[in-house]
Amino acid sequence: MSALTVSKLCKAFGGLRVTTDVNLNVEPGERRLIIGPNGAGKTTLFNLITGELTPDSGSVHLLDRDITGVPSRRRAHLGMARTYQIITLFARDTIVRNVTLALLGLSNERWNPLTVIDRNTDLIDRAHEALQRVGLRHIADRPLSQTSYGERRRVEIAMALAQNPKVLLLDEPFAGLSIDERRDVQETLRAIPRDVTIVMIEHNMDVALDFAERITLLHFGKVIVEGTRAEVVADPHTREVYLGH
Amino acid sequence: MSGMPSARHIALAVAFAALVTLPFWMPGIYYINVSSQVLFYAIFALGLNILVGYGGLVSLGHAGLFGITAYATAYLLSMGLGHTAAILGALIISLGCTAIFAALALRATGIGFIMITLALGQIIWGLAYRWISLTGGDNGINVKTRPAPFGVDLGDPSGFYYTSLVIFLIAVVVVTIFVRSPFGAALKGTRDQPRRMNALGYHVWAIRFWACVLSGLLTAVAGILFVYYTQFISPQTTSLTASAEVLLMVIAGGPATLLGPIVGAALVVVVKNVVSGYIERWNFLLGAIFVAIVILMPEGLVPGTARLWRQGWRAFRSRRSVVLAGSAEPKP
Repeated sequence: MSALTVSKLCKAFGGLRVTTDVNLNVEPGERRLIIGPNGAGKTTLFNLITGELTPDSGSVHLLDRDITGVPSRRRAHLGMARTYQIITLFARDTIVRNVTLALLGLSNERWNPLTVIDRNTDLIDRAHEALQRVGLRHIADRPLSQTSYGERRRVEIAMALAQNPKVLLLDEPFAGLSIDERRDVQETLRAIPRDVTIVMIEHNMDVALDFAERITLLHFGKVIVEGTRAEVVADPHTREVYLGH
Repeated sequence: MSGMPSARHIALAVAFAALVTLPFWMPGIYYINVSSQVLFYAIFALGLNILVGYGGLVSLGHAGLFGITAYATAYLLSMGLGHTAAILGALIISLGCTAIFAALALRATGIGFIMITLALGQIIWGLAYRWISLTGGDNGINVKTRPAPFGVDLGDPSGFYYTSLVIFLIAVVVVTIFVRSPFGAALKGTRDQPRRMNALGYHVWAIRFWACVLSGLLTAVAGILFVYYTQFISPQTTSLTASAEVLLMVIAGGPATLLGPIVGAALVVVVKNVVSGYIERWNFLLGAIFVAIVILMPEGLVPGTARLWRQGWRAFRSRRSVVLAGSAEPKP
């Protein structure tokens, strides 16, 4: 069984082919890194996997189940969670409310118009636990507008983790972070148990290489190289398209 | 929270007492009737605020829904149906229409949603004018009697006022519960980050659809009170001006607040009915008030006043603490 399988996935925006025959096979518990220069189609690939974009052809399997035609919102219920490269949070709310909304999304309680959400202690306790995992519990009640960029990155991760996903897709979780903040996020990611499969897009090679077991290199929408850390770093294609020499 | 009643609680208690005793201190029947109008327009504005304030969906077709309910009630009554049957029938018809409106308008959001609701509202207005066999065209439909629920005579201004007040208070409670509920939180989430909500597992379209239905229900309730109040319905009620007016109530009072639409409704109804008795160009005055609100407190009257109050209070306290600190200084 594999956690996530992408077969012959294609997507074009008009004449621009952003994803061409991409195959990806991620084993359960694996830490997969997707690298590639700007415009290589990494985020598009994520959007195809999560269903925010519909592929022109090809298929996506989650835990051996074909989810190609499953709407994006259902995929969250099937165990897929993602973070966004551009922070996409609820700016008017507190940190804990952000995470509570993530938990509520998978609960049937989300249709309930008659109870008070602030009194749902089960939900709020679980939100605090998720915040504990990313080290933000002490500022859970702070409005999001009063948090730093690095804290927001961690709220993104907390929201994804709160959903208890089987497959977690992280889109540049280190983007724009200071060295200290990067270390915090790195520790958070390292603490995620192995029953969660992680696919990560990252530009920052130091932290990314340290984290990943297998690496896929995308270039112009195609998989150029795939293999273990050592294999990919040693491959001449990698040097050519990515490391630039 | 502290056990001490806050200024907010005291203000609400005073407002509630004033509303309950209103027919006893209002200087005349005319003013009691204006108060009834404030109440049902406030229900209307509360309904629109569900979409505009909490859903981020601006509708310019709500007078159409309001009018459909009023027409349906009047028509069913003119067919000889009893009040209960006519009211229930009108509610069903307007909820059906709301569902159709929502299904059409929710094909878009933002400007697209505004334009579709505007078009649907104009269709209703056109039908009200032209479908004479059903609507009576320009002549409208008269409603001969008001009902007498539980022995309360709605023909009497106080009776009508108290009935409106009870329904208004129920509407306020319903909206209060709704906005604090998980579903209300989900609706606000779809307003702020629809894409994220979808990725989190929410059915964004369905959330917006049910918000439209709740908004339509409150609009319909207001429409029924309206048609019993005026005992007459004509195409004017469904016009774009009427849709814009209720939208202005929401925006002037403060969208996404509970009190905002109520204050906005009171402002518009009072200027329209009372001030217009003294100033011929009351429309100009209303416009000037809106311009002032937009410049001085763009977030609306209720949040704006709260903000100015807080700022004033803070300035007062800091000045006082400076004075106290100054007096506590040891003399050299």
